[in-house]
Amino acid sequence: MDIRAQVSMVFHLDKCIGCHTCSVACKNVWTDRPGAEYMWWNNVETKPGTGFPTLWEDQSHYKGGWELKGRDGNKKLELKSQNKIDSFVKLFYNPNQPGLEDYYEPWTYNYANLFEAEAGDDQPTAIPVSLITGEPMNIEAGPNWDDDLSGSTFYAENDINLEELSDEEREQLFEIERISMMYLPRICNHCANPSCVASCPSGALYKRGEDGIVLINQDVCRGWRACISACPYKKIYYNWKTGKSEKCILCYPKLETGQIPNCFQSCVGRIRYLGVLLYDADRAAESMKVPDKALVESQRTAFCDPFDPEIIKMAKANGISDEFIKAAQLSPIYKYVMKWKIALPLHIEYRTMPMLFYVPPLLPVMGKMANGIYTNALDNFFTSLDKSRLPMKYLARLFSAGNEDIIEYVMKKLMAVRYYKRTLDMQDIDLVMMNKMMREGGTTPEEAEEIYRLTAVPTIDQRFVIPEIQREESIESTCNPEICKGSCGIGVIQPPTRGL
Amino acid sequence: MAVVGSNVLMTRTPDAHFLVEGRHAGAKVVVFSPDFSQVSKIADEWVPIHQGQDAAFWMAVGHVILREFYIEKQTAYFESYIKKYSDMPFLVELDHTKKESLKPGKFLRASQLDSTSKIENADWKMFVIDQDSGELAIPYGSVGHRWQKTKGEWNLKQEDSLTGKKISPVLNLDKATNISTKLVDVEFHDFSDFEDNARLSRKVQVFEIMTKDGPRLVTTAFELMLAQYGVSREQGGDYPQNYDDPSLPYTPAWQEKFTGVSADTVIKFAREWAASAISSNGKCSVIIGAGANHWYHNNLIYRAIITPLILCGCVGVSGGGLNHYVGQEKLAPQASWGPIAFGLDWGGPPRLQNAPSFHYVHSDQWRYDTNFTDICAVADESHSMANGHTVDKQAIAVRSGWLPCYPQFNQSNIQIVEDAKSEGAKSDDEIIQSVVKKLKDRKLKFSVEDPNNPESYPRVWYIWRGNAILASAKGHEYFLKHYLGTHNNAISEEMAGDLVKEVTWHDKVETGKMDLIVDLNYRMDSSALYSDIVLPAATYYEKHDLNTTDMHTFIHPLQPAVPPCWESKSDWDIFKGIALHTSELSKKYFEAPIKELVISPLMHDTPAEIAQPSVKDWLKGECEAVPGKTMPIMKVIDRDYANLHNRFTSLGPIVRQNGLSVHGTHYDVDDLYDEYMKSNATKTWNGKTYPAMEEALQACEIILHFAAETNGELAYRAFQAESHKTGIDHTHLAEKNRSVRMTFNDLKAQPRRVLTTPYWTGITNDERTYSSYCQNVEEEIPWRTLTGRQHLYLDHETYRAFGEHLPTYKPRLTMHTARDLEKSSKDSGSLILNYLTPHGKWHIHSTFGDTLRMKTLSRGIEPVWLNDKDADLIGVNDNDWVEVFNDHGVVCTRACVSARIPRGLAFIYHSPERTVSVPKSKERGYKRAGGHNSLTRARLKPLFMIGGYAQFSYAFNYWGPQGVNRDTFVVVKPLDQVEY
Ligand code: SF4
Ligand code: SF4
Repeated sequence: MDIRAQVSMVFHLDKCIGCHTCSVACKNVWTDRPGAEYMWWNNVETKPGTGFPTLWEDQSHYKGGWELKGRDGNKKLELKSQNKIDSFVKLFYNPNQPGLEDYYEPWTYNYANLFEAEAGDDQPTAIPVSLITGEPMNIEAGPNWDDDLSGSTFYAENDINLEELSDEEREQLFEIERISMMYLPRICNHCANPSCVASCPSGALYKRGEDGIVLINQDVCRGWRACISACPYKKIYYNWKTGKSEKCILCYPKLETGQIPNCFQSCVGRIRYLGVLLYDADRAAESMKVPDKALVESQRTAFCDPFDPEIIKMAKANGISDEFIKAAQLSPIYKYVMKWKIALPLHIEYRTMPMLFYVPPLLPVMGKMANGIYTNALDNFFTSLDKSRLPMKYLARLFSAGNEDIIEYVMKKLMAVRYYKRTLDMQDIDLVMMNKMMREGGTTPEEAEEIYRLTAVPTIDQRFVIPEIQREESIESTCNPEICKGSCGIGVIQPPTRGL
Repeated sequence: MAVVGSNVLMTRTPDAHFLVEGRHAGAKVVVFSPDFSQVSKIADEWVPIHQGQDAAFWMAVGHVILREFYIEKQTAYFESYIKKYSDMPFLVELDHTKKESLKPGKFLRASQLDSTSKIENADWKMFVIDQDSGELAIPYGSVGHRWQKTKGEWNLKQEDSLTGKKISPVLNLDKATNISTKLVDVEFHDFSDFEDNARLSRKVQVFEIMTKDGPRLVTTAFELMLAQYGVSREQGGDYPQNYDDPSLPYTPAWQEKFTGVSADTVIKFAREWAASAISSNGKCSVIIGAGANHWYHNNLIYRAIITPLILCGCVGVSGGGLNHYVGQEKLAPQASWGPIAFGLDWGGPPRLQNAPSFHYVHSDQWRYDTNFTDICAVADESHSMANGHTVDKQAIAVRSGWLPCYPQFNQSNIQIVEDAKSEGAKSDDEIIQSVVKKLKDRKLKFSVEDPNNPESYPRVWYIWRGNAILASAKGHEYFLKHYLGTHNNAISEEMAGDLVKEVTWHDKVETGKMDLIVDLNYRMDSSALYSDIVLPAATYYEKHDLNTTDMHTFIHPLQPAVPPCWESKSDWDIFKGIALHTSELSKKYFEAPIKELVISPLMHDTPAEIAQPSVKDWLKGECEAVPGKTMPIMKVIDRDYANLHNRFTSLGPIVRQNGLSVHGTHYDVDDLYDEYMKSNATKTWNGKTYPAMEEALQACEIILHFAAETNGELAYRAFQAESHKTGIDHTHLAEKNRSVRMTFNDLKAQPRRVLTTPYWTGITNDERTYSSYCQNVEEEIPWRTLTGRQHLYLDHETYRAFGEHLPTYKPRLTMHTARDLEKSSKDSGSLILNYLTPHGKWHIHSTFGDTLRMKTLSRGIEPVWLNDKDADLIGVNDNDWVEVFNDHGVVCTRACVSARIPRGLAFIYHSPERTVSVPKSKERGYKRAGGHNSLTRARLKPLFMIGGYAQFSYAFNYWGPQGVNRDTFVVVKPLDQVEY
């Protein structure tokens, strides 16, 4: 066993309000520079929808992630983007990379015209111009183009996760009876089996030992862009100005000083949780070698119980500090993922072992339409699972590699907590039905209360359990701490250029 | 929790999480919205109700609740609640109609009975009937008790104010002992069909009492409610048979044709609603917003919704009640902010007006309008307020002292004083008398009576804190035409010429009324673009300020992170600079202080709110012209322009002398004024010393020091004053916080929660969540209404003439009645849609939505949202350019096609700017197209113009007709060629 510590994450989608504050908090700090205009390390997608870059989930086109090859007993994971024959060719030309048209052409407006237009008999206006060419442009795409089902006929209807629905089911999804949407905020998953790292010819990408953050060493990156194809989540972007690739750094300069990453701190819906998970690095890739529908369960087998004395011993032996172990024990992520099993990875079938987990959302009950008169198809007090507006099949495609049982289990537990809390306060839910719900959700009053507290009324310290990082140890590994004195704190001395 | 017309997830970003999290604590959420809005995502049930039809749904909810929880079965909690906290047990007289029948009249007043006619304010005290004795009683707490000389009787104790005996008021007359009741036919109105208002005759239990004018039939307001809602106890008349009866209001089946929602959904909702209220003692609540508010009949929508809340005992209960999410202009520390904002520390009255009336009149939109009865059904057209042209009603409202009006007269307020003096008037009183006489002789007029007279219209316009030319300008193109005299795209015809009677009509009028428009702004918004002078203002992060709203209970500091950029200045410094220059110029123009006569309306929360028991017009000789009684209050005041700057920068002595007050509850501050001067900067001029207000920060400190919400001693004093009025000791609410003093530095350390005061009806002590009206319920403090209770019955004669004395339903406007498309082309290949402007993502109205970041995260433009099948009909694809137009103007934008929008609707989120990416309109001769308000017009409902009658009395930001914009229709068609 090779125990590692990872700062991992949960996004509670039921709570996401689609405000995109997270995206802006990230953008303003990290990617508001030439060459990075189009990058959104954090973005929020409306689902159903095609996302950003458009149709990123279509791996038959983009070829991201790993493929499971080989026979029983000798299964292998191979990068989908690099088969032996063409990997060399693709160094120079890679047709599977998204182009500007899959992202968007960033723009601004010629505001000066409002001041400088010649006097005339009509009002001047500021027209859109390209941030790349400076020429007037026709805006046809953006980083959030299908927000709130904008252009649903082009985007939502072509969501690749709807594939398995029958034509009739699909059509229905866009009628009043079933129309629905949810939000999916995305950052780099800081995967435990990252295809981006594996793909880099220069070895510029690495997964940090102490906290599992996946980074690109800007000094080493040669701009090959193999990672861009290899990341199935399209969370690496190429900076056209510097000629290097960039990605989410989980605000590590903040984390290292005990602060909360920007997108987490600013999250208005309070959907985000951050904490340590201990996992067995030996099992990381291994656990990804099972059939799709077994992947969620299999991933869990790679996670370790931070209270188990054996694990603690091995962790310590591996250089994991007491602080990290304590953080792992207090971790909200461990609770969501392992204890309650209600947070699930996104598209685990890409087999990168993402370390960001999502609690799927409850959605309103579907309706019936007869002669222009609408009725909700409700037979319970709260919304219903089997008559939920987004089919379980769809959610399963996103969060459990198609395994509907897993989604159902999660949803039942979420509902059971609501019924439990209501009964406590109101005594107006039938007890027989209540008990049935609790049974089906596999939960107890104590657990329900715990889930409720962490979901609805957690304090900021309960949401974000940031391990104290002992930077001196990692600095030591690269240079003499004495030399680091007086540097900017990130650990490497790089004198800033000053002056005009 | 029901969410109606409010898109909490999108427009209440910071606190949406509470709603989301409440579900995990066991709350069920039902969202009513025509589109699958963002908040619908978190609903247990989304009800895709047809836009603007919420009243129909909720009237049916009321029907079910009354039938099942009041009649078929009695619910003790509900009954005891409405007996004490609503007007339901009060007695209402029945008047004779022209036919044989009877109709609901006024509340029976003490003045009508021999035995009580002599008591003070007898016109403003009302009766209930006591359960045990069967005798009439006058409970404490009516507006008459509020303003009588003996204080201490304005409360909600269940006692007879005449005898002091405990009472238990009767709701259903068939439960009353010792009185003999009978059934009579009473007339009710069914407005469901605009073309054909039906009169319904329903039997109602009544009994007879002897009044000064002979025997009269009376009943309880509750009996009338049952009859209005169509809930019968087998007594006969035009009552619906059962829930499935679609023909008569207000059954669940009846509402289907309006809402598109099934009767079953209504019944199930109503039952769950009432059951939840029973098991939680009233913890049902509604979040209601602009989606329900901005309709012509918004009052009916709101009343239909609050009625089930009141019937289920939810208002004034923590976790229950109506949460109104529209307009957050009400500031918490009002008592001390008001004098600074409106110069009351040096004099008054302030010159404030409700904007919709002002703009309806002066942007000349009334000229394009017809009689309001073309869009609004009424019960009795013979009443002077229930027929005719809206602008005529506005004129009546001004001369009757109901609503303010600026400019005030067709002569200057200074000149009329000069004239009166030169004609011999010596005292202020004589000046006023001479002005009254001239008004009666029509030698002087209110400006609204002749709005196009160049003497009557406004000339200089300061715009501050708003995007007044576009974002809030219903009828924006009329603003361009009549205020600015510039290019515009309105093509509608003037129609008022033959219709108006109270205002003067001129066939030809000057356009471009404003000589000067000055905009204080930190953005180049559409208003700045059209102003003569833009004074660059500091942003929130460049100045000191306080931030509070009535939507949350915290007070926040704003501080400069950087000094104001370039030439910009804080608002305080800008106004201070204007004051300084005005003072300097006044040396030339107004050497000495001058006098002017200022009128103001009969104000709510003052004794003037019991001025007019009935509607009488002095101009028609129906009553004497008495300022402050039958016409506006008149006051002669001094203006000292030479000292304007001095006054601006010092807190005036009136605060020290008179103390401060809000809603008629007053506290003294003289000692605090002196104390403040000891430890803070002062300013001395003309030999006197005052607290200095040179800097914005000093103004902030003064607000904090003198407000009950931020100074515990003043909260205590305010409760002492309130206790004096009610005769109940409320000071315990302020006891614990009496020593709290908040300074700006305290807020810098951490925003603070405002203290509990009588000015806000919630109780926030001991970490309680704010819920409005908890003080009324827990402390027995009356509501500031006619009976002191929550009113479901509104007995004002205008309400009765409009047929809105009881909760009712009136249909929204149709394409024909709205008259938005009389002259616009409607060729095939175009769509006609109802046009809505909901509050948008990333916008606070027009602010922030136009920043590059937010434009990038949306579509680079404020698009028009269309349903996919509708768009198909005219061959429009997502992101195609379209023209959206009607007689008022045109918008050129891109289509955002989505299945989450219902058919028949077009949305343009509130609100775009004209500054960015606006093409020219092919439809209107290649002139620049406009913004969302290019398609709207101001429509005022005259019902909201009445005054001098308890809660129907003017107060700034509280009462007056609203600007409504949802009843609008547009044509949408593709725009093949885009030209800038
Ligand atoms: S999500 Fe992040 S860690 Fe995972 S493959 Fe993509 S870039 Fe690498
Ligand atoms: S800030 Fe939070 S609630 Fe808002 S979109 Fe991002 S993840 Fe969702």
